Parts: sequence; C-alpha cells; structure tokens
Amino acid sequence: MTARVTVLYFASLRDVTDMASETFDTAAPDLRVLYIELRARHGFALPVERLRVAVDGAFARWDDAPRDGSEIAFIPPVSGG
Amino acid sequence: MDAPTLAGRFRLSETPFDVASLRAELLDGRVGGYASFEGWVRDHNDGRTVIGLRYEAYETMALAEGERILEDARTRFAIQDARCVHRTGELAIGELAVWVGVTAAHRDAAFAACRFVIDEVKARVPIWKHERYAEGGADWLHPG
Repeated sequence: MTARVTVLYFASLRDVTDMASETFDTAAPDLRVLYIELRARHGFALPVERLRVAVDGAFARWDDAPRDGSEIAFIPPVSGG
Repeated sequence: MDAPTLAGRFRLSETPFDVASLRAELLDGRVGGYASFEGWVRDHNDGRTVIGLRYEAYETMALAEGERILEDARTRFAIQDARCVHRTGELAIGELAVWVGVTAAHRDAAFAACRFVIDEVKARVPIWKHERYAEGGADWLHPG
C-alpha cells in the first residue's frame, strides 16, 4: 500500500531541503517512519523526538498512517511570540 | 500601518499593524477591564547581539491553531473577547512582534486569559523566528 502525500517544510527543515514542499508516494507505515526516511534522505539535524507532526493543518499522532492525498508538515520546535 | 486583513480573532500580519484600532474593536459596554500584551523585538538573545529577525509561519495551520487557543481562553476564563495578531516577515529591533488583547467584566479574568493566550501561542502556534546577529551569521530558534 502506498499513499501519495505532500510534505511541507518550514524553518530549519526548509533551509536543508531548499524547497517548500514535495509530493511523492510513500510506503511508510506511519508518520514517524516517514520522517525517519526523510531525515536520512535530506540530512535533517532534528531527531523525531524534537518535532511534532501535523496533517492537513492540525496536530496529528506519530503512529498515524500517511493518508492518500494528505498534506503533512513536520513541525520543528516553534518560536513565535 | 496596515490593518490586518483577515477577519478572524487570530491574525497574521506581514506589515506593522496598528494597536489602537485593534483595541477599538474590543470596546463593549459589558467590559470593565482590558488587558493586553505586546511582544517587541529585543536586541539580544542568549548572549548574542541581534540586529534583526524574520518570522516564518505555516499560515493556514497558524491561523487555525491561534483560533483554537482563543476559543480555549473563552472556555477557561470569564472573558468577553480575546484577540491576537502576530507579525510575519522581516522585523527590526523594537518592532511590535505580537499583540494580545483580552476584555472581561473584571480584571482577574482579563489578566489570566491574556497570560494564557501568549503562553499558548509561544508553545503551539507554528511560527518560527530566524535571528541575524551582529557578529555575523543567523539562526533558526528551535527551543527545547
């Protein structure tokens, strides 16, 4: 089973990827594994433990499966205010 | 000074915004107390001299999460209304970065809710600060 997803990159993650988003097919069983795969591919410094994950604009759980057509964002520690 | 363009209670503004008009939006005969918080761009952080910064937001989620925080504040505290505007883009030292305004019949709830809103915004709204330093270099702030 694969799902076509769009992953959004922000802040230090975007600096590394040099792109705002990418769309691809993934066979990752959950969002944690998806991040681990992307971290290996792009060389992100931040480990999964320091991030949160959002799906379609709301915080989600790391053990959620990637849903076909969804927009996924890995959220580095925020620093607004 | 532009008025923020989005009509929600939580807004993002790419340009400097006017606090007086935001305060005026909260005027209400039922209100006896108004508490506000302003966060300004500071010229130092963690021992380094800051010369400017940039805020980047995951805009659609930031707006949704910000609205959820203001809704939480109305549920938890006896307040009349709560609003927040956060800047994005390039900011200079001393510029207004974030504004929170809360109205209530009585001051205790206004103060408490104002504190709650700024703390929650800093904890969970997807906005990131990128600082530039006098000594050279720049960094994303990813606290924790």
